Amino acid sequence: MAKSLSPKPAPKTKTKKSGADSDSSSPQLPWGHEAQVQSIVANLENYHETIRNPPKFSFKVDEKGLSEHVVREISSSKGEPDWMLAKRLMSYRIFQTKPIPTWGPDLSGLNLDDITEYVKPEGRKNAKSWNEVPDYIKQTYERLGIPQAERDILGGVAAQYDSEVLYHSIQKNLEEQGVIFMGMDQGVAEYPELVKPYFMTKCVPAGDNKFSALHGAVWSGGSFLYVPKGVKIERPLQIYFIMNYPEYGQFEHTLIIAEENSSVQYIEGCTAPHYDTASLHSAVVEIFAKKNSRVRYTSVQNWSKNVYNLNTKRAIVDAGAIMEWVGGTLGSGTTMLYPCSVLAGEGARADHLTIALAGEGQVKDTGAKVIHLAPNTHSSVISKSISHGGGIARYRGLVKMKKGCHGSSVHVRCDGLILDGLSGSDTVPRMEIEENDVKVGHEATVGRISAEQRTYLRSRGISEEEATRLIIAGFIEPVVKQLPLEYAVEINRLIEMEIEGL
Amino acid sequence: MTSAPSLLIQDLRVSISGKQIVKGLDLQIKPGEIHALMGPNGSGKSTLCYAMAGDPNFKTQGKVLLDGRDILPLDIDERSRAGLFLAYQNPPAVPGVNVANYLRTIYNAAHAPAPSITIPDFEKLVKAEMARLRMDESFLERYLNDGFSGGERKRFEVLQMALLQPKYVLLDELDSGLDVDALKILADGVSRLRTERKLGVLVITHYARILQHLKPDYVHVLHRGKLVKSGGPEVAARIEREGYAGLLGSDAESEAGAGEKR
Repeated sequence: MAKSLSPKPAPKTKTKKSGADSDSSSPQLPWGHEAQVQSIVANLENYHETIRNPPKFSFKVDEKGLSEHVVREISSSKGEPDWMLAKRLMSYRIFQTKPIPTWGPDLSGLNLDDITEYVKPEGRKNAKSWNEVPDYIKQTYERLGIPQAERDILGGVAAQYDSEVLYHSIQKNLEEQGVIFMGMDQGVAEYPELVKPYFMTKCVPAGDNKFSALHGAVWSGGSFLYVPKGVKIERPLQIYFIMNYPEYGQFEHTLIIAEENSSVQYIEGCTAPHYDTASLHSAVVEIFAKKNSRVRYTSVQNWSKNVYNLNTKRAIVDAGAIMEWVGGTLGSGTTMLYPCSVLAGEGARADHLTIALAGEGQVKDTGAKVIHLAPNTHSSVISKSISHGGGIARYRGLVKMKKGCHGSSVHVRCDGLILDGLSGSDTVPRMEIEENDVKVGHEATVGRISAEQRTYLRSRGISEEEATRLIIAGFIEPVVKQLPLEYAVEINRLIEMEIEGL
Repeated sequence: MTSAPSLLIQDLRVSISGKQIVKGLDLQIKPGEIHALMGPNGSGKSTLCYAMAGDPNFKTQGKVLLDGRDILPLDIDERSRAGLFLAYQNPPAVPGVNVANYLRTIYNAAHAPAPSITIPDFEKLVKAEMARLRMDESFLERYLNDGFSGGERKRFEVLQMALLQPKYVLLDELDSGLDVDALKILADGVSRLRTERKLGVLVITHYARILQHLKPDYVHVLHRGKLVKSGGPEVAARIEREGYAGLLGSDAESEAGAGEKR
């Protein structure tokens, strides 16, 4: 399994972190090349140490609800600079004032009065034994052939911090080119001058929505990726979440800055289901694709079905830059996810490709937002959903074309496949077009597996199950072919398992 | 009567939505024989094909013995594996299904329980067959029937037939939508399989044109769900000269709406 990593024994001591929290907030890297390399090498050593032994934080509060006190505790236990504390407190105040959104799926099962239970590390319990891991997850591990050691980790059974939460494969030459790739907490500590102008400012401000505000108050973990001007990274950078570290994975923050003429592919996630007793995940992803850069962000999630997965992901795409979102949401109970591309510079382009699987007890409220602000900007959205076993898949999308974005085009295609009579699928597209000189295309289909296709395939000697599997694999092929091979293989295997019962 | 291998149709009746289309048909096709089944629109030719192949939309009565085994109780995929192949008149597109993978999947299913063919071996095999049918190798990279022209679909049906190595084939209007050159290539392909593999062929056609390339041993005329005439190639020649009206009388072309499928 490429998904997870060999466990390493946890060192008992913590590395001392350099206290680089000076507040010189220039968005440009201030150093010369040599200093930069030195800094990165030093930083990487620190980084490798910290992923083996991540900074822990803890706080003792009895309050059930989230309070300013709790937010201060989180910040001080991480030793954060003042500006980050201020940001957390501001986010907290916004969180208090914003209502829970009611335009989307039912969130009434989410008890935000108990938010501390979601936030504080002590409040989250890993499953202590295999008996506590739900059967459907165990069966999936069995079918995917995941080794026991990895099942322990994925199932949350492994008790100690004995594996890497993230694995960043960084090649030596990337380090030499000045690429920064590290945990978000480390990014704040090590590169405050680089992080501060971008962190929840103009891309995803805390006030964007209730859950981004919550995230801003309590975020922890995630990745910081900086690609300097002109650096093109050929190999995708991958991180694998393993939910064993309580600090990570619930409110992780990912910040990607791709400078002019750079290119990078970032992949996160895992197709094997992650069992987690915590029931809320609220991540924020912020991507800055500068002039003529190219960024591909790929994520696959398979949280256990008790999880509310409420994320905010957005990219600001400058002139001539290309932003690609590739995503699969397989797990979680209720998902709200609408990656957004803001095409801010002339000639910017965004492609969104997503798959959502909605099975028993799952509501997938997912889609894409594309906002065209500049002339000659182009976007495309391909969304594929499969619902079965009573699952609901809804495409919710926004296309906004501002006055002046002449010569621009958008094409949205969303297809829903419903595998049985219990399940549902629909589309909620919204279009706000202020410019006349644009091309706007929208196609939506919702349907069942075509009997004609199935009969045709069977007439060639393959079984009904095999025919169904082929049709479904073909249905999601436009998205799956863009995924790394191991993800593609596993998604197809997961679907095979799901349809076996049909 | 059934000891020698053959595809033997006995008193076959086919209905769809309660309406009987084929009303008791008897026919025997021996290995290596080409039979042409002709008839005006709506006479039940295509219905006969799809029902024999096992399309679940049709209800059947009677018997179809494939080398002595009644295949009517079998599911459509089982009939295929038993050695019967239906070339669709209008095969549906299945977007996203890669042609090369698809061909290997059906090849392995047809040749089970033999061990799966290796990818390089299969590639050799499929490319050789494609060359014979003058098909470009880029076909393998496409999606199943997706965006195929009418002629490409027909070629692809014959390619599948060549790979699956059935004992008997039903060709539903193989000639429709084909230009003369393509028709000749496909007819030659089918003739070659007939000679090399002793394939038994039932070719359904409205027009006699294909029969200039795919020379039938027998020609049958279906009218209102029954065989009304059987003979040699001269029957097709007469239809070409006189039309169905000449053969069947003035009511021959008045069956519009009788529900010719596909």
